[in-house]
Amino acid sequence: MADKSKSVTAQDNEDILVLEGVSKIYGELKALNNVDLKVKKGEWVAIMGPSGSGKSTMMNIIGGMDKASEGRVILDGMDITKESAKSLTNIRRDKIGLIFQQFHMVNYLTAVENVMVAQYYHSMPDEEEALQALDRVGLKERAKHYPSQLSGGEQQRVCIARALINYPKILLADEPTGNLDETNENVVVEIFRQLHNEGSTIIVVTHDPEVAAVAERTIVLEHGRITKNIINHNDYSKPINLRDYEGLSDEMLLGKG
Amino acid sequence: MKRSSFYFKMVTGALLRKRSRMLVALLAIAVGATIVSGLMTIYYDIPRQLTRELRSYGANMVVTPADGTKLTYEEIETIRALLPAENTVGTAPYRYETVTLNSQPVTAAGTQMNEAAATSPYWNISGEWAADDSSIMLGSKVAQLVNAKVGQNVELEADNGAGEGVKNTYTVSGIVETGGSEENFIFMTDTALDSFMGDTDSFDTLECSISLQGDELSGLAERINSSSDRVNARLVKRVTESEGTVLTKLQALILIVTIVIIVLTMISVATTMTAVVTERRREIGLKKAIGASNREITTEFLGQGIFLGVCGGILGVVLGFLFAQYVSNSVFFRSVSFIWGLVPVTILSSVAVTAVACLIPMRSATNIDPALVLKGE
Repeated sequence: MADKSKSVTAQDNEDILVLEGVSKIYGELKALNNVDLKVKKGEWVAIMGPSGSGKSTMMNIIGGMDKASEGRVILDGMDITKESAKSLTNIRRDKIGLIFQQFHMVNYLTAVENVMVAQYYHSMPDEEEALQALDRVGLKERAKHYPSQLSGGEQQRVCIARALINYPKILLADEPTGNLDETNENVVVEIFRQLHNEGSTIIVVTHDPEVAAVAERTIVLEHGRITKNIINHNDYSKPINLRDYEGLSDEMLLGKG
Repeated sequence: MKRSSFYFKMVTGALLRKRSRMLVALLAIAVGATIVSGLMTIYYDIPRQLTRELRSYGANMVVTPADGTKLTYEEIETIRALLPAENTVGTAPYRYETVTLNSQPVTAAGTQMNEAAATSPYWNISGEWAADDSSIMLGSKVAQLVNAKVGQNVELEADNGAGEGVKNTYTVSGIVETGGSEENFIFMTDTALDSFMGDTDSFDTLECSISLQGDELSGLAERINSSSDRVNARLVKRVTESEGTVLTKLQALILIVTIVIIVLTMISVATTMTAVVTERRREIGLKKAIGASNREITTEFLGQGIFLGVCGGILGVVLGFLFAQYVSNSVFFRSVSFIWGLVPVTILSSVAVTAVACLIPMRSATNIDPALVLKGE
């Protein structure tokens, strides 16, 4: 991929992701309307918004699973807007760690093998390293279990381990706590805090105000536009308990605050 | 862990976790491979099987004296020695003489009854074969002409070689029905006719029934011809050609059935694999989302197809032989021999058929959009 990457001189070196006037148009509908966004390396950003606000579209475009109709998306210094489907596959593989609401594990592989799948497509499966990744999310003991033998929270933690295994530039999570109970929600958010402290760039799409509030910055999308950019002042030096967070108020989210 | 062993794990894991679907596909391939390998076994065995069956049509080679004289006992034995024992169904020498029965001139044929029975199994005898020199068999038309019945005595008259009139009384042991010119003949043992006519060593033809086909049979005729200037061996074209036609048609039929079965197997496997792709849309979408290329997705499906093809092919080889054995035993009353060459052919064709059948499902797998699948659609 290195030979294909295009250096963007205008880009701030600190910015791992830049969206410039990005729109996604489906016929009459503008799912995204001229969106500008910069995410710094190591930043933890939450994207919020009601259903149909363009969150998923934005996530797909950032994640290289969809293409913008207009504008530029610069990921790690490379304009991915004009890349072919094949090249986008390589970008997803090399630069992005994906976490989904419905977990999505390969059901005939064990937890550790599910982590190794990502290694397999990236380079070389390494069981030792995959076990270490599971250890990080507290699941080393469950490494040989199949998805059907794991709880939802455990499955999501396997997926986080899988997303991290190839050292992605950005961890992109779509409603990662959407299918989890409060305890597991907390576990996942706590893992994000640790990753953030270690310097990982995290983008979380969520409609949970508390999960949005624990991020460093919350962006609110409405009708395909960014309407709010809220800086949260959180202390990441100690473990997070979501109960301590009131979340962003409706007023703030609706732009009345 | 090596990439190849992880690949193998993914391929077999997917097959084992989707057991019911994969069993359907495996069954389709195994049934297809069974019937195809069974039919191919029969295809190669049919000439061997049917050539013997078809010998019931009568002699397929006739040896006559080249110079219009007669064949001696010695010459008959020389010719018999040239024939391959394992392919010789029967060799019946015939002596023909004109005799008079109830003042009607009739052709009397003297032959060796056991050999005549072997070369002409289609003869229908009411009564018994003429077992001794005092018995004769009448062709059904002759019997009708003189109104003779089985068990009755009849008197034959003739002029022998010395120009003297001879006569003798014989018992009718049987009436011969053939649907052909034999019904106009009287049949007796060669020794009975010899003693009636008062001489020996005077056969007119030797009718041979040999279970060989085509070039092998004509080659045999040429060997007999080149062994002596006195004999002329020729094939009975009516019989040999119709045998060839029957074999060609049967083999063509088997080929057509084989092609139909291959196509049906392909459709069945393609349908199953398409259903598998549909069921695994999310998994394929996930793999593509986390960086699997189309080539890797294709390789995984192809690997599953090849695995199924090999397993189905091996099953097909074993079951196919049993199937061919059963068919051969119940239709031809003979067992078939195992053809080792069919083992790689069956397995490779199973793999090829499965791989081709996987093409369309593989294409739809690579067309899956990761973003759509991951939204839960």
